Amino acid sequence: MKTIALAFRNIVRNRRRSGATVAATAIGISAILMFGGYVNHIQFALETGYVQQEGQFEIIKKGYLDFGTANPAQYGIENYQDIVSQLKGDKTLAPMLVVVSTSLGLTGLGGNSDAGVSRTVVADGVVVDDVNQMRKWNDYGLREKYKPSELTGTSGDSVFVGKGVARELLICDQLHVANCAKPPVEAVDAAAKPLPTDIGDLAHAAQPAAASRKSDTPQMELLTSSARGAPNVAELKVVKAVNMGVKEVDDMYVGMHLAQAQRLVYGAAPPRVTAIILQLHHSDDMAAVRARVNQLLDTTMKGRGLEIRDFKEISPSFDQTVNLFTAVLGLIFIMIAAIVLFMVGSATATSVVERTTEIGTLRSMGVKRSGIKWMFVCEGLLLGAIGAAVGCVLALVLAWVVNMCNLSWTPPGATEAVPLAVQVWGDWGMLLSTSIDILIVAVASAWLPAGRAARMNIVDALRHV
Amino acid sequence: MSVVSLKQVSRIYPMDDVKVVALNDVSLDIAPGRFTVVSGQSGSGKTTLLNIIGCIDKPDQGSVTIAGTPVAQLSDDALAEFRAKNIGYIFQNFNLLPVLTAYENVEYPLILAKVPAAQRRIRVMELLRAVGLEDKHRQTPGRLSGGQRQRVAIARALATHPKIVLADEPTANLDSATGAAIIELMRKMQRELGVSFIFSSHDQMVLGAADEIFTIRDGKVLSGRAHAAAPVRAHNDHSEISA
Repeated sequence: MKTIALAFRNIVRNRRRSGATVAATAIGISAILMFGGYVNHIQFALETGYVQQEGQFEIIKKGYLDFGTANPAQYGIENYQDIVSQLKGDKTLAPMLVVVSTSLGLTGLGGNSDAGVSRTVVADGVVVDDVNQMRKWNDYGLREKYKPSELTGTSGDSVFVGKGVARELLICDQLHVANCAKPPVEAVDAAAKPLPTDIGDLAHAAQPAAASRKSDTPQMELLTSSARGAPNVAELKVVKAVNMGVKEVDDMYVGMHLAQAQRLVYGAAPPRVTAIILQLHHSDDMAAVRARVNQLLDTTMKGRGLEIRDFKEISPSFDQTVNLFTAVLGLIFIMIAAIVLFMVGSATATSVVERTTEIGTLRSMGVKRSGIKWMFVCEGLLLGAIGAAVGCVLALVLAWVVNMCNLSWTPPGATEAVPLAVQVWGDWGMLLSTSIDILIVAVASAWLPAGRAARMNIVDALRHV
Repeated sequence: MSVVSLKQVSRIYPMDDVKVVALNDVSLDIAPGRFTVVSGQSGSGKTTLLNIIGCIDKPDQGSVTIAGTPVAQLSDDALAEFRAKNIGYIFQNFNLLPVLTAYENVEYPLILAKVPAAQRRIRVMELLRAVGLEDKHRQTPGRLSGGQRQRVAIARALATHPKIVLADEPTANLDSATGAAIIELMRKMQRELGVSFIFSSHDQMVLGAADEIFTIRDGKVLSGRAHAAAPVRAHNDHSEISA
């Protein structure tokens, strides 16, 4: 029979016990799937954030990641326009690429000479149109609004800064930044002394046109070193202060037009960039793109000292975060698997004891030991399968409810709340693999009592009361 | 040729530090197509004898030949197959599978014997008709009376056309009227199908229906006699007994 039918009827016969086992399994599986769905969302959200900002790949000078931040001028890619043209025109790469853009990273000293304050900043010169295109990337269909670059439609000397930078340069009021802490009065008085030789003078000397600084738009000065090591400074209009998400970035970031950044670092010399950014339609194409770019780097771009790095290499925190959540998920799985193991094992063991006479009867009728074992393993398998099916449905329903609630939370280190979503629907691989894993656990837990049933002495089993 | 042949069979059960001799050097032959009863007091060894004949227990000594097959040489799986094809069981407590209907209980041994579905259907309904439960074939054992359950058990035991049907005190849990009806039914089926029925019982009603009776006490077969209900065959021809 029908072994499966017989197993199913025996499960139904012991409704209460089977119900408890199925419920425990279902709740366990749904917990795994819910957390797995949350990890999925974290991973997709992180990846989307990185890809929108940096693309999947950057082509950089070898050593830039280790040494270039301190000395971007030395790691600039010369004649980068040729490389960009070559990449865009490559027949293998072109269908996979959304954007090929460029950026120039630099560090410097940002100052507000009027207030007598300054701080170290990390600036990023970007091509605004490319940034706007890149920000549309949403391959995982996340619930988020498209936000164009803060530099859209601004003049070439415009910048936007992190809220922390605005706070420290004391320009929050002019930028209408809400919830911006102000320094104690005595600190402001001390800082407001004239700066006869500081970056303010340098800025005025470098840009006589700074007569316009008394406009409504707040200004800042950015001092950096040029490619030749000489200091260079620019007066910039701060158009907006933006919450950068992570406090450390928020306190240092300045976003600016690429051309402005290039003028600061390279002056009248031929401009360079520190990174050529590749954004792909799908991250699944990363291996193919990397292989092709490496091929180009070894042939037509040979000798230029370039390498390709993906966003995970550039930002190791991606893998670290994903690995952390995956490890927690693994721990949850182990705990729930242990509960399922105990529940199914216990249900099967009890069933074996209760049905000892039945085992003896079946054996006397000619059922082999393997048949008895399979019958009980089948019951464990069915309990696991029903629990898995109910758990999957439960997880899908719960995930839908959570997603409909539009919840948000502020992750550790972040300064802005992010959507709290659970991505279970569509991740059929996770649903299937979790179900299969639980089925394996259920079978394993039924194996021992089933083996005991199979080894029973027929006469003893028939005598059992 | 005997359907059951035991030669110098002994069975000893260890119980803590004591060894209980359930069967002691028993030899007997049972002719085919008979209604045979093994009689004796509780603990006399009649159930052990039936277990050994039914190939669900093995003797410590001696040889057992069932339906011409020396069963001592068979592996556990081979013994299971042998039981499925040659032996039907009727238990004191009926031992029907509670989750299966009467129909499915009778069908189960046919599935084990890999009988095709169409043939199974015919055979099951034929047997249920024969035991008077054609209209109860959808009922589970829980909804049947004791007598009806035992009828289903009889039908199940006969399903695969076994050579031997073993019944361990089949009337012990039935009232006398039902017990009598069951005995009559079994007797009828035995005659119609020519199957060898071997009972263990000390119920006089069962003994009264027997073709031959073996009396057993303290693990030894004391006597074998042909009962008046059936013509007695020559001792050396069909029913040799020694203890």
